[in-house]
Amino acid sequence: MSAAELEERAPGRLERTAIGGVLVREIINFSSYWRSTTFSSTVEPTIYLLAFGFGFGSLVAVVGGYDYIDFVATGTVATAVLFSSIFPAMFGTFIKYKFQHTYDAILAAPVDTEELVTGEALWLAMRASVYGCTPLLVGLVFGLDPSWGMLAVPAINFVAGYGWACTGVAIAGWLKGIENFNYVTSAVITPLFLVAGTFFPLTGLPGWVQALAQLNPLFHCVQLVRHAAFGWEGWADVWNFAFLIVFGLVMWRVAIAAMERKLID
Amino acid sequence: MNDRAACDPFEVPSTAHALELSHVVKRYGQITAVNGLDLVVPEGRCVGLLGPNGAGKSTTMRMLTAQTIADEGQITVLGHELPGDSKAARARMGVVPQLDNLDTTLTVEQNLVVFSHLYRVPKARRKAAVERVLKIANLGQRRDSKVDELSGGMRRRLLIGRSLIHQPQLVLLDEPTVGLDPQVRQELWALIDLLRSEGVSILMSTHYIEEAERLCDSVTIVSHGSVVAVGAPTELVAEHAGRDAVEIYGSPERLVEVEGEMVKEGFPTRRTGTSIAVLGLDDADGRAPAGERRPANLEDVFVLLTGEEIA
Ligand SMILES: Nc1ncnc2c1ncn2[C@@H]1O[C@H](COP(=O)(O)OP(=O)(O)OP(=O)(O)O)[C@@H](O)[C@H]1O
Ligand SMILES: [Mg+2]
Repeated sequence: MSAAELEERAPGRLERTAIGGVLVREIINFSSYWRSTTFSSTVEPTIYLLAFGFGFGSLVAVVGGYDYIDFVATGTVATAVLFSSIFPAMFGTFIKYKFQHTYDAILAAPVDTEELVTGEALWLAMRASVYGCTPLLVGLVFGLDPSWGMLAVPAINFVAGYGWACTGVAIAGWLKGIENFNYVTSAVITPLFLVAGTFFPLTGLPGWVQALAQLNPLFHCVQLVRHAAFGWEGWADVWNFAFLIVFGLVMWRVAIAAMERKLID
Repeated sequence: MNDRAACDPFEVPSTAHALELSHVVKRYGQITAVNGLDLVVPEGRCVGLLGPNGAGKSTTMRMLTAQTIADEGQITVLGHELPGDSKAARARMGVVPQLDNLDTTLTVEQNLVVFSHLYRVPKARRKAAVERVLKIANLGQRRDSKVDELSGGMRRRLLIGRSLIHQPQLVLLDEPTVGLDPQVRQELWALIDLLRSEGVSILMSTHYIEEAERLCDSVTIVSHGSVVAVGAPTELVAEHAGRDAVEIYGSPERLVEVEGEMVKEGFPTRRTGTSIAVLGLDDADGRAPAGERRPANLEDVFVLLTGEEIA
């Protein structure tokens, strides 16, 4: 049976009730482990921020025209979003699939893989949206000036978090063993993390690295958050945001394909 | 029944069969897990799927929820054609998998609440649905216990109870009592019997002959992915094994000897641990060997037909 036929005959795709059911499961689950997750998701970026902001900040006061602590505070928002979405997505998906067989139970109910993946990604995006604001709040305490644009940060976090969550699900879907996650972390996530203009501006790097950074969603997220805090830059930000949206949509479909391959045999 | 239909988000087509598989084939590389299987569960009946390890029972169950897609053949569940229409069928079907897949970090009650959402129980009825299942599964006292803290039997009761949260019309039970002690098994039998009496259609795979004999209106014996016999347990026994069996005990050498003699006489035999069972003695008259007489059972049929011991 072709995919088109499959879609046509199903009672409905991406139904709210089905996605809602997946979300309810996550929310109830969260009530039992929110303390540890919240601790690591907020303390970690705060440590980065303080270490770099004050440690490095004592050597360089101003970077790219900003106070270094302000530069790092805004940059760390994007990394907080990345870490609080891609890692839980990778490990959570793998554990739920492989060890707890949770997804088998969910797919026996009137929920399709598409809805399952969407629900999981939405949940992680919501979480990342909130956790991602911690560095900004810490920054405000240490002298970052508040601005109206900062109100857009949760939305930016959500969109970026959705894309990263889908990326994590896709990785868990493609890889055979949890030990392979190390390859992905070292070969993909760490370079993305470093070449995003979080702790230092990319202007000092070779031209080809700067060009590659344009393909890094984390870079666009960093740019957006920084501009939200210090002043929008017109079309550049439209481009940044559009990039994140496309990234989210593409990874969403990739994640669904990866999980379908894994869950339906 | 009526009020279930009213809350159903999907249309309810009428059908005489709760499910029907015809000529279904599923291959995994070189292995043909299911090989031209035909199977029908009439509405309101309990059908047993009996087969040795690897016979394709779980694969069949997974195909009924479209978690495994058949390579060939047709599958209809509750009037919906699979895999395209599977979601509508799943909405009215309960599934008890062979492997426990409860949320172990959640409590008993939370597990049920989650599934009341996944199975689209309307908001106004969710609480009642959870209470109903807690009662059926006899877990009211343990509602706040984490699944981790439950005994094996309690977990299994919860797993079965969870599949009933939306009052399904059809329930798939994949080895519902495997690995449980006899007392717990009987508790579960009572539970499954309750479903039968409520008119729920059931497809149950099992290793336990007694389970099939007690609970199933009809059994389908499968071996290597195909059907080798279908019928009511008593009919199958009468047809393939006769009324009585004679058990002959003795040394291994003696058993081999007896086996040879009986085969020559044309009686089917089967090794039963330390003895040999001789079957098909209805018309044996004086030729029946001396030994311990007992009623023939489904297990005899099973071994005769599949050439394999069960369990
Ligand atoms: N995902 C899979 N990939 C490859 N082979 C599989 C897969 N699932 C099942 N099989 C094979 O298909 C055959 C039937 O397996 P199945 O699990 O359906 O048997 P079963 O009757 O349920 O056995 P048991 O009584 O042990 O549970 C086996 O040979 C099994 O190895
Ligand atoms: Mg099985």
